[in-house]
Amino acid sequence: MRDVAVVGFAQRQMLGFDGSPTCVELLVPVFKELYEQTGWTRKDVGFWCSGSSDYLAGRSFSFVQAVDAIGVIPPVNESHVEMDLAWAMYEAWIKIQTGEVDTALVYAFGKSSAGVLRRTLALQLEPYTMTPLWPDTVSLAGLQARAGIDAGLWDERAMAEVANRSLTDAEKNEYAVRKGGSSVEELLARPMYADPLRKHDCSPVTDGVAALVLAAGDRAREVRERPAWLTGISHYVDPMGMGVRDLTRSPSAQRAGAALDLGGVEVAELHAPFSHQELILRAELGLGADVAINPSGGALASNPMFSGGGIRVGEAAQRIWSGEADKTLAHATSGPALQQNLVCTLEASTEGARI
Amino acid sequence: MSRTLSAPVTVAFDYTRSTGPVVGRFLSGLRDGVVVGGRTSAGQVVVPPLEFDPVTHEATTEFVEVSSVGTVTSWTWVPEPVKDQPFDRPFAFALVTLDGADVPLLHALDVASPAEVTTGMRVRVRWAAERVGHINDIACFEPLAPGETETAAPAAAAGQPVTGVVTTVSLDYQYAASPEESLFYRGLNEGRIMGQRCPTCQKVYVPPRSACPSDGTPTVEEVELAQTGTITTFCVVNVPFLGQKITPPYVSAYVLLDGADIALLHLILGVPAEEVRMGMRVKAVWKPRDEWAYSLENIDHFAPTGDPDADFDTYKHHL
Ligand SMILES: [Zn+2]
Repeated sequence: MRDVAVVGFAQRQMLGFDGSPTCVELLVPVFKELYEQTGWTRKDVGFWCSGSSDYLAGRSFSFVQAVDAIGVIPPVNESHVEMDLAWAMYEAWIKIQTGEVDTALVYAFGKSSAGVLRRTLALQLEPYTMTPLWPDTVSLAGLQARAGIDAGLWDERAMAEVANRSLTDAEKNEYAVRKGGSSVEELLARPMYADPLRKHDCSPVTDGVAALVLAAGDRAREVRERPAWLTGISHYVDPMGMGVRDLTRSPSAQRAGAALDLGGVEVAELHAPFSHQELILRAELGLGADVAINPSGGALASNPMFSGGGIRVGEAAQRIWSGEADKTLAHATSGPALQQNLVCTLEASTEGARI
Repeated sequence: MSRTLSAPVTVAFDYTRSTGPVVGRFLSGLRDGVVVGGRTSAGQVVVPPLEFDPVTHEATTEFVEVSSVGTVTSWTWVPEPVKDQPFDRPFAFALVTLDGADVPLLHALDVASPAEVTTGMRVRVRWAAERVGHINDIACFEPLAPGETETAAPAAAAGQPVTGVVTTVSLDYQYAASPEESLFYRGLNEGRIMGQRCPTCQKVYVPPRSACPSDGTPTVEEVELAQTGTITTFCVVNVPFLGQKITPPYVSAYVLLDGADIALLHLILGVPAEEVRMGMRVKAVWKPRDEWAYSLENIDHFAPTGDPDADFDTYKHHL
């Protein structure tokens, strides 16, 4: 296996973006930032891969229009996933492993505010017996939260603690759209929204884009003194039907984590769009009390669709570049109630890599 | 004022799906007023039945009729229902394990407030008045009072097994143009055709784009285009289709406006279809001013100018 590192990361997150659903306007400055970070031009990028969804954009082939932000003369090596940025990164990682390219720039975009996000996402569901009921994202998360409360695995206080810590940490994140912790008591005093969820238990509807740069071996060392080497990457999926899943668990997250060496992880960026989901992930990944969870504020502070998972990778990589940590974990989710999960480890050294 | 123009848009279509023998069996059951589950290799009864066993991956072949009464295993309140949910007023979504089944089914629960729901409460199916072989043949669940039992479904005309299902999708968006597209549409509302020039390669794009697709540079310099141009290629539309506004045959053509580097697709009128040709010089014909909006339809069509055809060399790089 080739050594591949994350060497670039840029993002934009906002509550409502005054521009087109293809987000070309947002991607151009993000790419510019990445050329500055890497010292590259677009011609140094061996492979491009994007993540987005036409349902979110409300127009077909929205990713084709987004390619304008790259510039395609001479022609570029390009692909797309109807998934989060983290999965686009996975495709790019595979591409680099083939030896065909040494570098990749992966990006993702989504204008969640264009439609009714929690409704649009019902199109991800089993189409015969679920989508026709239009169960919205918040409701499905609510069923999951209740299942855990009834089973005695967590309570409203534990959920509020997650939200309070996220909103407090988000104060240091210039991109967070919701920030400002108060106290667990104050959060618990707020009205119930979608019982058993309060609004702060649910991630905000966020527009935005994000991009990551990957490079192999010496190409990575040219860019960063401490590249964030991808020493493990794994993803699994749970069944589509909500009934056959134990909603208090996420077996796919557990399996993804078990495939990696999570010993020594200092910081974990978990993609948990609902507060109780962080509790599930923490248990499934076996993260101890000494692991700092979501110092960026996480998805409860802002959750741009199709970028939110990849942003976790970028945040985790930044802690390696800065020397703050030697080993970090990033997690991305997709689908209803933690159905699909990707986990990766990032390290300052490639020793002990599982891939 | 917002930087960009925006407008509501609805994307609507029907998905027509074949159901296969397992989902079809379940939906046929609903139409006939019974709930059918499938037995897995582990002996569990799953509702709706799974097409393939989660362990052996064998096709499900054993079906079991379960009760229309069951127990709530989880629920959530829906304070702000979205379009097409089972109710347009607040309600609960619930996971209900029907008697005789081992895993829960997702559906709506008709209660007036979250205070009326508890995990473990007994509920029963409320059947839809008309049943067609669709998950909405179950209108919802409703609380079962102590002493009450399941109610038989109103009789249904037994029919052929259900083999297909249509799911109607209708999504509402507030569509926002990019700042560059907004420039273009504002121009049209003033009778002007606006483009932008790429500072790197000097190409002029119409409609303007947020970045030059050749080199990725943001396009910044605004350029007003001529209203005359050259047909670079065209097709004669002979086929009638739904929503067509003009009776065929008519000509749809790429018009390269003078000074532009990309052609616009528009309608050619004022000339018999068989006389339209590559290189023909045309000009924009606008609708009456009081019909203008933020739309390319302000230009009713392009019509021949009567000038001699353009030399092939003047447009060969734009084909
Ligand atoms: Zn250019």
